[in-house]
Parts: sequence; C-alpha cells; structure tokens
Amino acid sequence: MTYERALVRLDANNRPFWTGGENGELRIMQCQDCEGFVHPPRPVCRHCLSENVTPKAVAGTGEVYSFSVNYQKWHPDMAVPFVVARIALDGVPGVLLTSNVIGCDPESVDIGDRVTVVFEHREDVWYPLFELEAAN
Amino acid sequence: MSASHAFITGIGQSEVGVRLERHPLLLTLDATREALTEAGLSIEQIDGVSTYPGRSAGMLGFSPVGADELIDALGIKARWHAGGMELTSQFGAITAAAMAVRTGQARHVLCYRTVYEAAAMARPEEYPIPKRDRVDGYSQWFAPFGAISAVTWTAQYAMRHVKKYGLTREQLAQIALTGRKHAMLNPRALNRSPLTMDEYLSARMISSPLCLYDCDRYSDASTVIIVSAGDALDEVQCTPIRIAAMSGTVERHSWDQAEWMACYSAGRDLWSQTDYGPEDVHTAQLYDGFSFQALAWLEGLGFCGAGEGGRFVEGGHRIGLEGDLPLNTFGGQLGAGRLHGFGFAHEAVTQLRGLGGERQIADQPSVAVAAAGGGPLATALLLTRD
Repeated sequence: MTYERALVRLDANNRPFWTGGENGELRIMQCQDCEGFVHPPRPVCRHCLSENVTPKAVAGTGEVYSFSVNYQKWHPDMAVPFVVARIALDGVPGVLLTSNVIGCDPESVDIGDRVTVVFEHREDVWYPLFELEAAN
Repeated sequence: MSASHAFITGIGQSEVGVRLERHPLLLTLDATREALTEAGLSIEQIDGVSTYPGRSAGMLGFSPVGADELIDALGIKARWHAGGMELTSQFGAITAAAMAVRTGQARHVLCYRTVYEAAAMARPEEYPIPKRDRVDGYSQWFAPFGAISAVTWTAQYAMRHVKKYGLTREQLAQIALTGRKHAMLNPRALNRSPLTMDEYLSARMISSPLCLYDCDRYSDASTVIIVSAGDALDEVQCTPIRIAAMSGTVERHSWDQAEWMACYSAGRDLWSQTDYGPEDVHTAQLYDGFSFQALAWLEGLGFCGAGEGGRFVEGGHRIGLEGDLPLNTFGGQLGAGRLHGFGFAHEAVTQLRGLGGERQIADQPSVAVAAAGGGPLATALLLTRD
C-alpha cells in the first residue's frame, strides 16, 4: 500500500482552490476592489475589508521561496525523500503556497528555482504540485 | 511601584521522563506542591488558574489536564481562570495571569503546562487519537503535502536563513551542543549524555537543514509557575521575580503565509516597554523545540542582528555558562525535554534566585529573558530580581 495524500474537507471557502485543478486552474482569491490577494481563502479582503472577493485563475508559475527536503517517514508507507517548498507565485504578491516540488532529484532543488503548477487528483480534491521549469 | 506589577513567586516541576506511568494530573500535582512549598503558599491561597492550551480532547498527550479539571480536582477556590490555545504562545498563560493579578482579578495564579506525549503515544488505548477522515483548518495547507510536523514548517525558515545569510550546520549545532552540555548539569534533564559535533553532523536528517539533534523529544512532565500580585508579596517566602515587560506581537498569524517568524516582532516590542535593553540581560532562556527557533529568538530579541545568529553562537563560548550570554542553562528542550515553553520561565527564575546548583551562572544575575514559541507563536518575558 502506498501513502496517499490527506484529503481535504471541502467547504464554500476552500472549494475553488482545491477543485480548480479539474479545469487546470490554480485559483487564488482576489479582491475585486483593491486587487489584493487573499490566501487562505476567506470571504473578506485582508487588505481593504471589501467583501467583493472572488477566485482568480493565476498563472501557476512562480519560484521557490524556501524549501526543505523531508527524510523522515511520518507514516510507514511514505516514500522519502521529498521536497516541501514554499512557492512565491508570479503575479500573486503576498501569497506563499506550501506544496511539493516533484519530478526531480529532491536534493537538486534550490531557492529561486522556477516552477510550474501540475495537478494531482484524488477523489474530489486536485492538489497543486510544482515541477521545475525546463532549463533553457 | 511594585504593587502594580506582577511577580513570579513559586516555581515547580515534576519528574521529567519518557513513557511515565504516573497520571498526568498527579504530575501536575507534583509540580504544584513544589511551587507552593517554594513560595510558602498553601493551596487555599491560590485563587487563579491559567494554562496553555487547556485540555485537548483530540490530542490528550499534547495537553491532558484542563484548567477547569485542575480547579475541581485540587479543590482550588478560583476567582479567575483561563485556558486556551489561541494565545500568543505557551507563555500566553503567564501573560494572562500577569494581567489578572495586575487588575485585581486574583492574587496568586497557578500557571501550568503539563505534557504527556511520550506516555500517550506508548499507550494509545488509554490516550486515543480520534481518527480524522479529512483535514481542515490550517492543516489543509500542510498535511496534503507531507508537511505533517512543525519541523518541516520550521525548516522553511531555517533553509531561508542558510541560503540568505550562510548559516552553517556547525553554527546551528551550537544550540544543540550547548543545550546538551547544560543538561548534563541539570539533575532533572532528560538527555544527560554528552553530544559531540561529530555525532551531530553525522545524525540523520529529518527535514533539511534540521537533523535529529535539532528536534526536541516527546516528554512527560508538568511545570508550574505561580504569578502573584505586587500587593500580595508579603504572603510569600521566596525571592519574588518581577515581570518587568512582556510582549506577544504577531505581524501575520499564519505558519504558511508569514515571511518570518513572530519572534522578531515580539522581540522588538519587548524593548519598547522598558528602559532595559538587550545589553542588560545576564541570561537568555529561549524556545528551542527546534534549534533554529532559539537562534531566531537571539536575533529577534536584538542580541545580534537579523542574519547574524549563526556567527553569534559560533564556537559556543558566548552562549555557554561562562559566556557573555548563557543560553538555555537547564538544557533547553533539546537537552532537558519537551516541557513545551514553561521550562524557560522556570529556569530564568531559578538562575535569578541563584538556585541553579552546578549550572548556576556567576555574578548573581538579575536580568533574564525567557521566550516561548515558534512560527506565528511568540511571547517574550523580561524578568528581573530587583
């Protein structure tokens, strides 16, 4: 048996984020009045207190703000090592997304690496994960 | 002036162990008895109770004894009590008590933190963890990505420090090595065997850059701090320690969105409330659930600049018992066990009273800082023997 990602309890606030991947979209809440971003998703803008906040499909690219290579098996079936990173998303100031950088040697990841979102699907949840942009 | 201040009077601690059989309520009683004896108070004189985080039904090992339960179990005549997790940190229980005694809600508040994580893990039939089929709240932003432990969250800040400021493993090791050295002089400490740099450097990584020895270890223990009103000091028989300043400012209350840990804002705010400054401090007792948190507290409290923590602790001399700023003289959580915050206040008071025994620092220290919390949790206390 392989370790499966924890499922998220979906609600009115977090559903756009966790299901956007069905349409290939990374959705972050944005204030329609001041254009500030709101994450975690909530029904009020933390910059101007506007309630006019809606999900916005963002570019899905960004860079590694920080990371850690996790070697500890927190569950017997967990495959290690893997990279947990905080991603600074392009065009989404003030938001850091914790996720995994996948599809590469975990020990090769560094701060500043360019990444692109990919989605992994389990039941009704689409997890935004990140791959290194192809070097060019 | 002293009448309007809050003071720490009694301090007490139970046995510190791993997989203890003694009931967590009785460990709390052990620590309470010691604190009462030390203060020269009786249980009848306690009229307030304060704890962090209160009884945690979902994680009984994390917090097995609630304030309401303790009041009832010990027959305490409480005029005021509080227990909660949504505080500035573990020390939020102490700052709340200080406010209670300063506003006349109580005269002597029993503050405590009881942990039973090692025993609960060993005896899940007695301390079951309810199964969750889905994650929600803030854990939804971590758990799906295997970031299950606070070590992985803290590692994000530590790695940023490594890459931005050049923090080395040898520098970070000094927090763990110094803690262990001090723990060997503390009869109650959990880890009393020597730890060498070679052992540290060859230890397995948990979540880079943090290795096994950068992490504290589940323990079973209770620590009690009695906070008394300034106009009630004639009722105690110990040297009162004044809470000269306290702070708990958070810029962004989030483990995953905050760019930096709250120890920086809380550290700055501490000095805005007092004429004392970092240069006046004789010893620092700083949260080290993970080694990097103590290093960040050193920076946040202004003992060195942001990014300079690695060089500040390099070689370990400055933070040793004979150094300029003895750090975590009881061993910290890395050496003494995961007392979860309260151990730092307990040790600051011990040192200020000159009761540190083999680990007592010289020249009668009179000013100490104790700090608790990591990530978005941070509380700093400036403690003085006047």
